[in-house]
Parts: sequence; structure tokens; C-alpha cells
Amino acid sequence: MKSSNSQWKSALADRIPSQLAAELDVFDNEIALKKQGKIEDRIFAETRLRRGAYGQRYDNGQRNDGTATRTLSYPSSNTKGPNTMWDAPGMQRIKIPFGGLNAAQLETLADLAEEYSDNIAHITTRQDVQLHYIHIEDTPALMRRLAAVGITTREACGNSVRNVTACPIAGVCHTQTFDVTPYADAITWFLLGHPDTQAFGRKFKIAFSGCRDEACALVRLHDFGAIAVTREIDGHTKRGFELWVGGGLGPVPQQARLYDEFVPEEEILPIAQAIARVFARLGEKKNRNTARLKFLISKLGIDEFKRLVKAEREILPHDSRWTDYLKDVPHYKEEPLKAPSLLQIGTVKPAGFDAWYETNVYRQRQQGYATVTIALPLGDITALQLRKLADLARQYVKETVRSTVEQNLVLRWVSESDLPALYIELKSVALAGPLAGTIVDVSSCPGTDTCKLGIASSRGLAGELRTRLAAKNAESDEAIGRLRIKVSGCFNSCGQHHVADLGFYGVSRNKNNYTVPHFQVLLGGEWQHNAGAYGLAIGAVPSKRIPETVDRITGRYRDERQPGESFQAFIKRIGKAECKKMIEEFTAVPPHDDDPSFYSDWGDPREFTLGDIGVGECAGEVVNPIDFELVACEREAFEAQLELERGNIEKASRMAYESMLHGAQALIRFKFLIAPEDPDRIVDDFRAQFCDTEIFFDPFVRDKFARDFFRAHEEAGKRRTAEEAHQLIEQAQLFIEACYSCHARMTAVPAKATA
Amino acid sequence: MLQLPRPHDCRTRKGDSLIQHINIKIFVKDPSAIHLEDAVGVFHQWIRDSVCPEMLIDVASYTHVHEGPGILLIAHEANYSLDLRDGRLGLLYNRKAALDGTFEDRLAQAHKAALAACDRLEQAAPFKGKLAFDRDAIEFFVNDRLLAPNTDETWQAVKPELEAYFPGATLRRTGEPRDLFRVLIQTEPRL
Repeated sequence: MKSSNSQWKSALADRIPSQLAAELDVFDNEIALKKQGKIEDRIFAETRLRRGAYGQRYDNGQRNDGTATRTLSYPSSNTKGPNTMWDAPGMQRIKIPFGGLNAAQLETLADLAEEYSDNIAHITTRQDVQLHYIHIEDTPALMRRLAAVGITTREACGNSVRNVTACPIAGVCHTQTFDVTPYADAITWFLLGHPDTQAFGRKFKIAFSGCRDEACALVRLHDFGAIAVTREIDGHTKRGFELWVGGGLGPVPQQARLYDEFVPEEEILPIAQAIARVFARLGEKKNRNTARLKFLISKLGIDEFKRLVKAEREILPHDSRWTDYLKDVPHYKEEPLKAPSLLQIGTVKPAGFDAWYETNVYRQRQQGYATVTIALPLGDITALQLRKLADLARQYVKETVRSTVEQNLVLRWVSESDLPALYIELKSVALAGPLAGTIVDVSSCPGTDTCKLGIASSRGLAGELRTRLAAKNAESDEAIGRLRIKVSGCFNSCGQHHVADLGFYGVSRNKNNYTVPHFQVLLGGEWQHNAGAYGLAIGAVPSKRIPETVDRITGRYRDERQPGESFQAFIKRIGKAECKKMIEEFTAVPPHDDDPSFYSDWGDPREFTLGDIGVGECAGEVVNPIDFELVACEREAFEAQLELERGNIEKASRMAYESMLHGAQALIRFKFLIAPEDPDRIVDDFRAQFCDTEIFFDPFVRDKFARDFFRAHEEAGKRRTAEEAHQLIEQAQLFIEACYSCHARMTAVPAKATA
Repeated sequence: MLQLPRPHDCRTRKGDSLIQHINIKIFVKDPSAIHLEDAVGVFHQWIRDSVCPEMLIDVASYTHVHEGPGILLIAHEANYSLDLRDGRLGLLYNRKAALDGTFEDRLAQAHKAALAACDRLEQAAPFKGKLAFDRDAIEFFVNDRLLAPNTDETWQAVKPELEAYFPGATLRRTGEPRDLFRVLIQTEPRL
């Protein structure tokens, strides 16, 4: 940790707002108290999370080096949370409301990346910035330096209101109803630290979009998503929001439901507060896996939820902040630095300019100005690049920079005739890469690189796809070029794989007595229309064969699409059975001796293992029957999807439930060699042998998948809506994944002696 | 006990230096002779074999960014990397944990650690016979803007110390005011 840490307080005393300085003093003290053992782990963990200081991979002091699990002997035996070593590097998440950044903030991020992190700032899929490999004792100084340029990390993680996101082109966009920026800003500061947002059982995510049809803000995957709309009332145009609630991704993805077609602008803050109160009061607290707002709304029903919110709204004590900011909204306007100008035809342009212009330049609604997208590979930018960008933000625009949910940055209000010069400047620091927003611009969560929950290397795969697709000029076919690829390292969906045309999330499979990294393939998600549809999984493919899988799927679309047919429509037309057939040939894993590359992940030469799998018998590979049984369960869940597509809701629901039942049965048979056939007995045995013993528990979501199964059993035969059936199929797929994981744990060889 | 500095106080004093977090980068002679990605496997092997005095944690690859950290070996006390800043490939030793002793002690520790890493890398299987470091071409910097801002004051304080440690070397301060305090050092070629 830095020797200068204690000096930053006095060095920045006159540059940090007093309230924020006081908060950071408290955090400093909490760190000191934790070091003295006066705060318990659980409490300190939530405390630091609410300051954005997150855990990172290997912070439990264990790491598999490819041959054995070894202890990382951190100097201090202290902990910063349950099973989290004090000295282990962590991640610092930095909230950037609506993605807005100025030059001084870019410079500070550059300094922090260099001094405390690994010289890299990472843009996330929710417009945050993340720094990795940070020591917990460096965080107060780091936060003071951010506070000095107007950034707080408060409530960047933990059970709180997370970063408020908004379209990065809000205010300059052609399709917007109005600029949502001042509203996103107002709700950020209104809810930050608000007493009504401090008792959630889980996080709460907010997004604002200027229109319905574009993708920029992904409203429908948020807990609270607001789309700008207007209404004519008494001859006046009145601003308001179409409000969507209860969306979310993760293990149980759910699209937001319409709360109200028109919430007047003066009501958006009080309604948010009322929803926060209802969520805090009635939301699940004990079981974090069912604690998001989506579960509360599912439990209550949208009508009852609305009734409760309206009742809460009526008794809210008046708060002038609800509307104070509105008097400034009509005057809210970003100012350009330079006069508008047009890019003259015949202008001599630098090499590469045209390709960059084609994909990275958006002509603003204000004639003569453009927004430039800076495409960041994997969302990463160096300190030097950040400083250069700060210079350009001062030189060409009035420091109007924003981050995007596609892990890029944009410079707004560039006078068009400046574009060639700006391009040259960006190119000098390799920030002028073309293909922003194309199939090459793959986004990804951190995955196994740094995330504690990652199963497979999402960044490794994303990087590989990016390289290969660019080399093939995949974007040159217009329809394929427009597709989006998103990768998550696990089912928690931080890479937002559900809303991609081609989505992937990391899983593992036992093959040939090894654990092999795989990715589940999801097709048919819709990025447009604010995350208009979620894709469904069609099967798992070994990590190393995903690039071929992408080639096959995109090639088929290129060759067989009908005129004007979207990718979603194409997938729907050919059907999921055909989609599954497309990927089937890529599911085989060669024996380890024939091709060991399948047994390690992208960018990581260590053998992909849990420490772990026993070697097969010398006479040949012995495949345990459970492998066949679980594959059959997967197939069953897949066939349930097909039935749902055909409109056979009842049959789809039954098949999804039965796939879970058979998964449980397979595990029982694996453990005891025999298994009951009667569903009630299967459930009882499974509960006693796998749930009560916690063998089946997922390290992260604990018994969530088991409870999904028990509920499916209790509700077997119930008439379901198509949406409920869809959800049951999702649960069945995850339950089967959990069966695979459980089996892997049961067959694990105990970790070798630690170093 | 370590004495902490006043803000922007960069004095170095024999026996009680205030400057910590000394970084040393030793440049590669011919970067085109190697595949940088090979360092990923080498660094993983270093972790397995615990070859460094620091507690080694993990490996990160940043070859996808321009002139970035390259391939990074994360450790508790210091990071090692084959770093690409300014487009010049070199072995960077980035000291994170504070050390007791004089400025010279800390400089010597970082320099020796960097040299030892260069020796190990040159002997690593994928690099043997291809990778060669120019041990006379060095960059020194301090990874802490409060302890050592990139100012004339820091330069005046540090220059005599560097001259004493690298006798006869050519020293050139680099970078703009926002940058870390950096000095390029060209020592006399060894026979």
C-alpha cells in the first residue's frame, strides 16, 4: 500500500465537499477499527462494498496454479470480509452517473490507475469505471482523490442504488423525445445515501432512455427504467416517463414490466422513493437470491405492487428536492466549444478515416456537430490514453465525454470539420480503432481474469473473437456487421449476454475425466428496443470451439437470410432445433492427449481444473452414466423450449419440470446407485441427501437452484402463462447446470498439499 | 518506523529517505525477437515455482491495449511486467510495499530485483537465445505523485542520489508535469 496514503487528507482538505470528506473520515476509521478487530467481517464487507471496494479472485487466499491448489500467504492474517484476506488485491468500482466525465476526472482516473492499480481503467457494461488489484488500505486515499474532482464511489456496490445509467448520446440524439441527462443526474443525487435506500436486501439499478426503440440505455433489464415520453395536456406538451420496473438479468432473467405509461416529470423522484420504500419494506432480506425487486413484483403481482407504491406515494412527506431541479431542466444544455461546421466534400482525409467515420461517428441532431465513439478493446484504456483523451476533450469539445454500456467512451459536440484532425490525434494513441458498435466490438464482463464468481474466461473469449472477426472483416456484410456479441464468465450475466444476438456465458463440463471450460450459447436476444427480448440457451460448446460456432451461425445467417430478415427473425424461422443442430458438431471434446488445448481456457495456460478430476481407467475412458443422464436432462429442457415455441405451454412446463426431476434423480443414482421413480420420493431424497447436506449448494447462490426445483415440484401441473413457462425453462437449465457442478464437486480429488 | 513525508515533500536524505515505490524498467534490446504472449506461461511458471522473493499472485495480459502494461505478474510487494509504455518493451519492477532504509537501499533493491528478473526471463524456455536486455538502458520512476511529483524540486533531490548510484551515467528527466517523476538512465556499457 502507498506510503503517502495518510497525507492525501490534508493535501486535498480544501478540495473535497465537507459532507463527502466526513464520510471518508468515517470510512478511514472503519478500516482502522477493522484492523483492530472491532468490526465483524460481515459488517465490514457490506461497509466497504457500499464504498465500491469489491472482492477479487483469489482473495480467499487459495489459488490453483494448474497443478495444485496453493495457499497465498498474505502477510496479514486479518480479513476484510468472510473468507476474504485483508492484503488480497481487490477491485474498486467507481460510479459515473449517466457516464458523464470531464477532463479533470479523466486525468484523475489516469493517476489512480497508475498509482494504485495496474495502469488500466476498465469501463463496465453499466458505465462505471473499475480499477483492479487495489489494496484495501489504499482505498480512502483513492476515494479522496476522486472526491476532489466530484466523483463518489458511495453505493457503487452492495445492497444499494447502483450507478444510474443513461443513453450516452442523450441530448444529441435524433430519436430522443427529450434529453434525459438532468433527470438521471437528479435521481442519482436524490437517492444517494437517502434513508429510504439503505435497507434493501439487494441492489437496485436505474436507467434512463430518451426513446423506446434504440438500445442505448437497456431500460427493460433494469429495476427502474424510465423512457422519455410527452403528452399533450390542456394544450401544453408535458414531459414524463414511461416507467418500467422489475427487470434484471442474472440466473433468473426477467424483463421489466410496465408500471405506468406516463409518470409526469415532477413525479419521477417521489415514485422512485416510494418504490424504494416498498422494496425496502417487503423485499426479501434473508435470501439474497430472491431479493431483487423482480422477485417481489413476481410475488405480489404488478397490480398489487402498483397499489402499494401508490399508497406509499400518498403518505410520503413532501420533499422540495422532488421538483427543485426542474426549474433548471429547460435551461440544461451542454455547450459546444467550437462553432458548428460541416465536413467538406473533397477534404483530404487521413488514411483509415473513412472506415472510422462509417462506424464511429454519429452526426448529432445539432447540425454541424458529431459524437465520436472511442472503441476500447475489452473496455480497457491506459493512463496515458486517458490523459491524451483529457487533452482532446479540452481541445475539441467542452469536456463532454461519456462512457457507454458497450464499454466504450464518446466525445460529444465535435465540430464536424475537426473530425480529420481529431482522428489523427486519436490515432496517435491508438484510440481511433474503427468498428464501434459492430460484431467486432464484443463486450465482456471481467470473468475469470479478476472476478471471484467467474467460471470461464469471458475476456479471453471476447478478445479472441474480436481478433478473429476483425481479421475476417466480419463487419463487411452489413447484416452480420450489425450483430452484437456479449460474453459473461458465468450465469450472473454481467456481460449482458441475454440481450445479445449471440450471447455466451461460462459453464464447465466433465469430459474424459477432466473439467473442460465451455460456454452456453444463447441466440435471439434483442439489444434494440431497450433490451427488447432475452435469448434462450441452445447448448454448451467447449470454449475453444466458440469461434467456429460463431462462424457457423453467422455464416448460415449470411447465406440463408431472407431480404430484410433480422437475426432474431431468422433464428425464430429456422427454429431452435435447427440452431442446436448447427452447434452440435462443435460440442465434441478430443481426448486430452490428442489436444490438451481444449482443457485450458483462453489466455490462461493453466489446465482448467478444480484441483480435481480423477484419471480414467487405463483400459479406456469410462464414462459414468450420470454424464449421459445429465445430457438427457439438458435435451429435455431444450425440447421444452421447442414446445414453448410451438405454443404448447402446458407441455413445455411439464417437460421443464421433468428435466429437473431427472437431474435430481441422476444425482441420487450417482450417489446411491439406485434412485426412486416416484417424484415425491425423488424430491424427498434429493432434499435430504443433497440439500440438507449442502452438497448441492452453489458457492454463490447457495440453495437457490434447489429451491427452484422444489417450487417446480410443488407447482407441477399448475397452469402457467407463456412467460412463467419461459421462466421455468430458464430455471430448469440452471438447475441442470447446478447438477453438473454438484457432480464435479463430488468427484473432485481433494486439493493437493498446499505450498 | 517509517517517517511519512509532508505533502509534496520529496526530500531525500541519507539514512532517512522519504521516497518509496521506486520503479525500475530495463529495456529489451530487440522486442521483435520474441512473442510477448509467451510471457504469460513463463510468469505462471514463476508462480508455480515461487522463484521471486515476493508473494506472487496472478498473471494479467494487456497486449490488446496500446503501449500498456503488456504482460503483468501481480505480486503482493511488487509487480513485475514486460511493459510496453512509450512503445519501448522492458522489464518493469514496480515496488508497491514500502521499505525501510535509505533511498539508495530502496533503489538498489528495485534495481537488483529487476536485474534478477531479466536474468530469469532470458533463461526461460520460450525466450532463451532470443530475449536480451540492455542492462545499461534503464528507466527510473517513482509511482507516487505525492511523494515525488514531476517537478524541478524532485529532480534536484533525486538527481544526486541517482548519480551516486549510477556513476558516470547520463540522466534525462522525461515526461510532462502530470506524469510520474521519470528519469531515463544510460549507464556506461559494461565490458
